Amino acid sequence: MNIGVMIESIPALLGGAGLTLRLVGLALVAGFAVAFLVALARLSRSPLLWAPAYGFVFFFRGTPLLVQIFLVYYGLSQFPAVRASSLWFILREPFWCALIAFTLNTSAYTAEIMRGAIQAVPRGQIEAAMAIGMSRLTRMRRIVLPQAIRIGLPAYGNEVILLIKASSLASTVTLLDLTGVARTISSVNYMPVELLSMAALIYLAMTFTVTRAFKLLEHAVSADRRQPPIAGGSSQKSLSVASGQAK
Amino acid sequence: MPDLQGFGYMLAEGTLITLQVALLSTVFGVAIGIAVAMMKLSSSRFARLAGDVYTTLVRGVPALVFILLIYFGGVRLVNEIGHAFGHDQHIDINAFVAGVFALSLAFGAYATEVFRGAFQSLPRGQIEAARALGMGRWLTFRRVSLPQVWRIALPGLGNIFLVILKETALVSVIGLEELMRKTEYAVGFTRQPFTFFLCAAFIYLGLTIISMLALQMMERRAARGFTPVEAA
Repeated sequence: MNIGVMIESIPALLGGAGLTLRLVGLALVAGFAVAFLVALARLSRSPLLWAPAYGFVFFFRGTPLLVQIFLVYYGLSQFPAVRASSLWFILREPFWCALIAFTLNTSAYTAEIMRGAIQAVPRGQIEAAMAIGMSRLTRMRRIVLPQAIRIGLPAYGNEVILLIKASSLASTVTLLDLTGVARTISSVNYMPVELLSMAALIYLAMTFTVTRAFKLLEHAVSADRRQPPIAGGSSQKSLSVASGQAK
Repeated sequence: MPDLQGFGYMLAEGTLITLQVALLSTVFGVAIGIAVAMMKLSSSRFARLAGDVYTTLVRGVPALVFILLIYFGGVRLVNEIGHAFGHDQHIDINAFVAGVFALSLAFGAYATEVFRGAFQSLPRGQIEAARALGMGRWLTFRRVSLPQVWRIALPGLGNIFLVILKETALVSVIGLEELMRKTEYAVGFTRQPFTFFLCAAFIYLGLTIISMLALQMMERRAARGFTPVEAA
């Protein structure tokens, strides 16, 4: 292992990591919005809504992300109508194609997380909210969503990490993300092991940071499950304590 | 059915390679998973640490980077050994072997956590009872622990299999002629990327559906005698 080469490559790799983070960040925001709509459609009773949502989720979760990226980047150019359309200036850019594929992919996984979290809110609470006369929207806003967020957060944290790792596929459509930079430099200096190891370390640092951030976030939104700090003693957190004890 | 212009056979060949990579990686991955889970549950601090390092590293790095690293690392290692023995030509390593190796390690890292949870969920009393009956460690493992661990771990292993099945597509990057690579050839000849990549997508989707059905059957079989039979 040539440590010098590894250290020299850090600035370039960090530049690539910037693109990785931009892709992941944008895909997460857009994917979250799409996922919310898909999850609502999935939970709807009308087959006209849930059947397409089910198909969407099944397709994007059941096929490799690489195929999805290639379908958007190479596939769409097969149609003269697409190349003639006003969207072509977007669809010919690898950045936008990768972003579209990542967004659709993460939204399928996120929709399932949201659906599970919304369905996991105890039925009795919704009935109680209805009984006091809350409207559908108020019920969603005050009762369902705050609890669904708590329930879904750990799974969503996993999805964010999976997307960071999956974003390395951007390098297959010529983008210079973290993996792309590592592969490009190593094709010049013939030191793939050094470059890829360094890239792997940066990925590890990113996933580690995100894991930590989600731990903090989970702690912040689970006030109802924490034990109150005991006066004079150390405040131990307990995960299995039933809610209500904190009051 | 779209017109595949005679490339159907090629895609079928690729699908076969994809399945071979996925299934072989599963067999090795399960073995690695059980072994590392035992390490993580052992009383040796070194074994626990080694297990933790392995799972953290492999699970924190993108599969694509990992596959490339194994491939190029393997090439370098083989060549350095070759040079040490006076062989002066470049030696290439087989993409199939590198792919199976990388995906087995990836499967193993995920399976470790599944097996660890499964082993921990076994009632201690059963192991103690088996030992009291005079069964050795190995016999206890084989007759008491393993059949139950298998039942508990199967759903988790199934999920990993579905992930690995899709990740086999990444092995095309190091030149293995599996489904994705064959599809790229077809695209190169026909200039119909959408048709062929969509076709590949549906083949993966089909493999996923078949795997899910097979896993359901396996889960039912592994749980026989455990869940009450549903009334006919």
